[in-house]
Amino acid sequence: MLRLPDFTFRRPKDLREAAAILAGEGSRAMLVAGGTDLWPKMKRRQMEPRVVIGLRHLSDLRGVSGSPTTGVSLGANITLRELEREPMLLDRYPAVAEGAHSISSPPLKTMGTLGGNLCVDTRCFYYDQTYEWRQSIHFCLKKDGDTCWVAPGSSRCWAVSSTDLAPVMLALNSRLHLLSNSGERTIEAGQLYNPDGIAYLKKRPDEIVTKVDLPPINGDITAFRKLRRRGSIDFPILNVAAWIRPSKKGRVVEAARIAIGGITSAPFLSVVAANSLIGRELNADSIHEAAQAARLESRPLDNTDLDFSWRRQMVEVWVRRTLEDVTRRL
Amino acid sequence: MPDKLNVVGQPLRKVDAAAKVAGRTIFADDVVLPNMLYAKLLRSTRPHARIINIEASAAETMEGVKSILLGSELPITFGILPVSQDEHTLAIDRVRYVGEPIVAVAAVDEETAEDAIRRITVEYEDLPPIMSIPDGVRATDDPIQAYAEQGNIHKTISFEFGETKSALEQSDLILDDTFFYQGNTHLPLEQHAAVAVYQPDGKLVLWSATQTPHYVHRALARVLEMPASRIQVIACPNGGGFGGKSDPFSHEIAVAKLAMKTGRPVKIALTREEVFYCHRGRHPVLMHSRLGLKKDGSITGMHFKTRLDVGAYGSYGVAITYYTGALQTTTYHIPAYKFEGARLFTNKPPCGPKRGHGTPQPRFGMEIQLDKAAELLGVDPAELRLQNLVQPNSLTANWLTIRTIGLRRCIEKVIEASGWKSKFRKLPFGRGVGLACGCYLTGAGLPIYWNNMPQSGVQLKLDRSGLVTVFCGSTDIGQGSDSILAYIVGEILGIDPLHIRVVTGDTDLTPVDLGSYSSRVTLMTGNAAIQAAERARELLNDAVAAELKVPKDRLVAADNRIFDSEDSAKCVDFAKAVQLAEAKFGTIGTVGSYKPPASAAKYKGGGVGPSPTYSFSASVIELEVDPQTGIIRIEKVWIAHDIGRSINPMLVIGQVEGSVYMGLGEALMEEQEFRLGVHKTPSMLDYKSPTSMDMYSIETILIEEPDPVGPFGAKEVGQGPLLPMPPALCNAVYDAVRVRIDEIPVTPEKILRALKAKSQGKEGRFGPQSFPTIEYRDPMFILPPWSGGDGRSSAQPEYTRKGL
Amino acid sequence: MRSKELHRLMVNRELREVAAYSSRTLLEVLREDLGLPGTKHGCEVGECGTCTVLLDGQPALSCLLLPADLEGQHITTVEGMANGAELHPLQSAFADLGAAQCGYCTPGILMVAKALLEENPEPTRAQIEEALGGNLCRCTGYLKIFEAIELAAKTLHQEEHAHAG
Repeated sequence: MLRLPDFTFRRPKDLREAAAILAGEGSRAMLVAGGTDLWPKMKRRQMEPRVVIGLRHLSDLRGVSGSPTTGVSLGANITLRELEREPMLLDRYPAVAEGAHSISSPPLKTMGTLGGNLCVDTRCFYYDQTYEWRQSIHFCLKKDGDTCWVAPGSSRCWAVSSTDLAPVMLALNSRLHLLSNSGERTIEAGQLYNPDGIAYLKKRPDEIVTKVDLPPINGDITAFRKLRRRGSIDFPILNVAAWIRPSKKGRVVEAARIAIGGITSAPFLSVVAANSLIGRELNADSIHEAAQAARLESRPLDNTDLDFSWRRQMVEVWVRRTLEDVTRRL
Repeated sequence: MPDKLNVVGQPLRKVDAAAKVAGRTIFADDVVLPNMLYAKLLRSTRPHARIINIEASAAETMEGVKSILLGSELPITFGILPVSQDEHTLAIDRVRYVGEPIVAVAAVDEETAEDAIRRITVEYEDLPPIMSIPDGVRATDDPIQAYAEQGNIHKTISFEFGETKSALEQSDLILDDTFFYQGNTHLPLEQHAAVAVYQPDGKLVLWSATQTPHYVHRALARVLEMPASRIQVIACPNGGGFGGKSDPFSHEIAVAKLAMKTGRPVKIALTREEVFYCHRGRHPVLMHSRLGLKKDGSITGMHFKTRLDVGAYGSYGVAITYYTGALQTTTYHIPAYKFEGARLFTNKPPCGPKRGHGTPQPRFGMEIQLDKAAELLGVDPAELRLQNLVQPNSLTANWLTIRTIGLRRCIEKVIEASGWKSKFRKLPFGRGVGLACGCYLTGAGLPIYWNNMPQSGVQLKLDRSGLVTVFCGSTDIGQGSDSILAYIVGEILGIDPLHIRVVTGDTDLTPVDLGSYSSRVTLMTGNAAIQAAERARELLNDAVAAELKVPKDRLVAADNRIFDSEDSAKCVDFAKAVQLAEAKFGTIGTVGSYKPPASAAKYKGGGVGPSPTYSFSASVIELEVDPQTGIIRIEKVWIAHDIGRSINPMLVIGQVEGSVYMGLGEALMEEQEFRLGVHKTPSMLDYKSPTSMDMYSIETILIEEPDPVGPFGAKEVGQGPLLPMPPALCNAVYDAVRVRIDEIPVTPEKILRALKAKSQGKEGRFGPQSFPTIEYRDPMFILPPWSGGDGRSSAQPEYTRKGL
Repeated sequence: MRSKELHRLMVNRELREVAAYSSRTLLEVLREDLGLPGTKHGCEVGECGTCTVLLDGQPALSCLLLPADLEGQHITTVEGMANGAELHPLQSAFADLGAAQCGYCTPGILMVAKALLEENPEPTRAQIEEALGGNLCRCTGYLKIFEAIELAAKTLHQEEHAHAG
């Protein structure tokens, strides 16, 4: 069997104690909630913390509060299973429920959390492998080596963002609450992500994501689509989240955000695509133009399942279909 | 054949079903012995290298480490085929693939063994790795295996049955097609595991997740230099085999040796990645087929060439190379047939037998090619096949004996059930139907090591309590072979099969059965069981007849009793019948065995292909292709399988559905790719196997025309239904969007590329572009049956040929 | 050297106390320290579903659960499914319909099916397919598994009505 290395597990009594331990242990420690990302990585020696701080049991991190008209707060420890079934999300913020629904598989959704998915590690064929496998290729830039095997001439790591909920939060322009021993702050979701495969999160290592605030939704429409080979289990090789604010008069777009994930090291907003819709009706032409623009902005590399130039073509199709979903929901 | 069957043909539970659903089945990793140690293997991280030095002292001195084993302690090689016993338990001076075992460590627990492995350093001197067929064809001074024929070309095969060149020249239509079937692996859910113990009296016992305990037994005796009678191999029920657990493995031998060195039981359980390194899966095969037909649709000849990317060691590969040329002739009459095959070593985990054993690849090529031929001739592909069908009780060009062949009814049934005639070439763009057929052996006619002994033996013990125990060396890998034995014996002796005790796969206790591979088990163990059971019933009838004063031939065995067919009140219950027989004859025990009939193929290499009988399948797939994305959605699969007779239709349908699942998994997503000398996807996430969300409906039609050779007329079902799936899929894709994908897996990108090429006025096809030239040594020429041949090879015709 | 810690786990309605390496996952503790080998393993990294158990009645992968983090939670394994010596209707249905070929994925799938029928006694085929999305099977092609779950749902429904009536 593949087994965990030796380590110390800490189960803090509350959030403040968790933050204190994290601050004290520094780089020796990592956080775990559902464990669906950390434990496999530790078994493969991709991550080797001496101390693991468990957050799963902390009730401070649970709960749904607020309303679609004033904004909804989601605790970081809400499980993906809870998110995908939450009636208020299904009804008013469908992209959040759909995003959660699309992740991994049912048993993993029982365990996985909102916070965990937002912070999930970037992935790559040359990195998500056991220690011995990586030794065969002399390791890689992200862990223990000098070369990025996806782009051997590159000085940066190109591991891919593999979260389904981050693009949704970018599209919604949600806010994230971060807590550490030295205080709390909130940031826009987009400010969490850094286009680098190694330093892919801009939060400090001692900060804990505690809550996600969804903005008031009112008449705004959201939609989400994911691309993966199989109907379950697989990580995204592309995902699209769209948020459209229609004008009072129906189909004219007043504001828009289109977020794309699974393509580069950070989820990104396709600003050109979104801007192309402003002031226009959502119809076949405007959608086509937006989808094309999104494709041009997307440059996947060969580090996930299926052919990367095909994935680039699919950006256009997936953006188009996501915008068609929005249109149906108007 | 009996008139009324009470057990055979019934959808009964399996004898081990209750244990399986209760989680009580003892798989190899569930075996626990007192004072047990745990072993781990250190494996090569280089694809091709000399081993310069192994530094293990840091591991040796670790607390909890009890023994370290190096390759030099086991210098004798092994390998499943006598012609390629090229594997060392642990590599000694050379490694040939990433993942090859080099050192074994036994420690008090697996964590300690793993830590110990990480403290061992191996110094390598890299050699150039050979990672593809084109690489393998190039000349070299330092081949991967020194015993290969030419450089890294292990072996070439060239057979010609009838003058094929002239037959093709006389065709009205000639097709030349190149196909590629990517390599894939079994991915059983259970990882390999084994436990060994060396008893104080010098007896070695090994439990293992193996499909072939008899071959493991032989390998242990050979490598450990011990008499086989002092070794016991127990095959645990397999958590999936599919051919991946049919070789003797390094980890089995290593754990046995560690048990001998430490005097304690030793267990090893492989990680998923290590299972990918054991591999023994489907060979990637590049193929070229030249097919000739007359304008009336009759086939004139076929010249088929295959190139196999073998991996670093032989495994079953030589046999499989022959299999890539053997069964082309079994479904449609081919008057002249030439086959040329070549196998090339590469620095990858060795390929071996995976469900279909080298036959799915050529079947893929020929079923697509026939589809192309039908289109060029303007005929329905079903009609083209029906017109060319092989006749029952006939010989093929390559001297295979076809007995029953239910393929006509298979084709007719799937055509009818699917609504083919209203759909083929008539559905809107993006929807299509495709047809393909297949044929597979019911057990290889010859054993892996040449001998004259039975391939299967069954012993029966009849107890005074009425309990019957069946002993047989076969292994239940999930296909239900234990249950088949119980059903057959239960039918003949008239007793409840679920109360029969079945003891299998134990080399101390059970008579030899060669193992669960080549779909041999139902036919061979079944026939042996029939013989043993009929002998037992003879004794019982004799004693009961005397007791009841009724003629023997009026006695019927059913419902746990033996009674007079004319007056069922005159009966004895089964237990009493056994007691009567024991009183008359002494302790009751009977034996049955089975050896396949001699084959008509007498030429060298003709040992691969013959079988007591063959199963046949036909399938229609209906699917949708999204032309914007190339993504395929399978709507439905209709599959008809010529089973002869279903011993248990529920189990038969289960095998059909499982074969369909695996065949379509291969067609759509299973593939082995190597980068930087390493297996790119050695995990269950990245090596794709369809989930419950990827399924479609399957309609199974069983064609039952009992074959006299099979037990109650039964033929195989565990492998045959897989064969039509990949070509039927590709044929359906063509019907849907009119592009040819001449390779698998069929990914969305390949379909879009083919569509794009077509839209640019080029050929609407995605597939291999070329086929490398190789020199064939010792081509053989064999007259086919209809030209007065005798099954032997004759002198070469005037021309000698180099490979095309 | 690794250290052991004492775990107190509620498994199949029994409070079990066991000393095991603190780095061992629930999968390993069940199999190697608690003598409950019914839960199987196929990958140990959450990719195949073979090790599924129920955690407070919901399917979870035991290869990714840490015993130290399971305080107060109820764990159910396949060994806890039968009622004494009497098989659960799901188990009987699997046996009767040939839904277990090699039987290795079976314990994990039975756990998922049990949770499903307890939450949704009359699931549609689509709901069954989705619930099983994280459990791979290489032998059956899933169809007989779906059918067995549907059969068990009917049986449980009839049993319930027999009680009520």
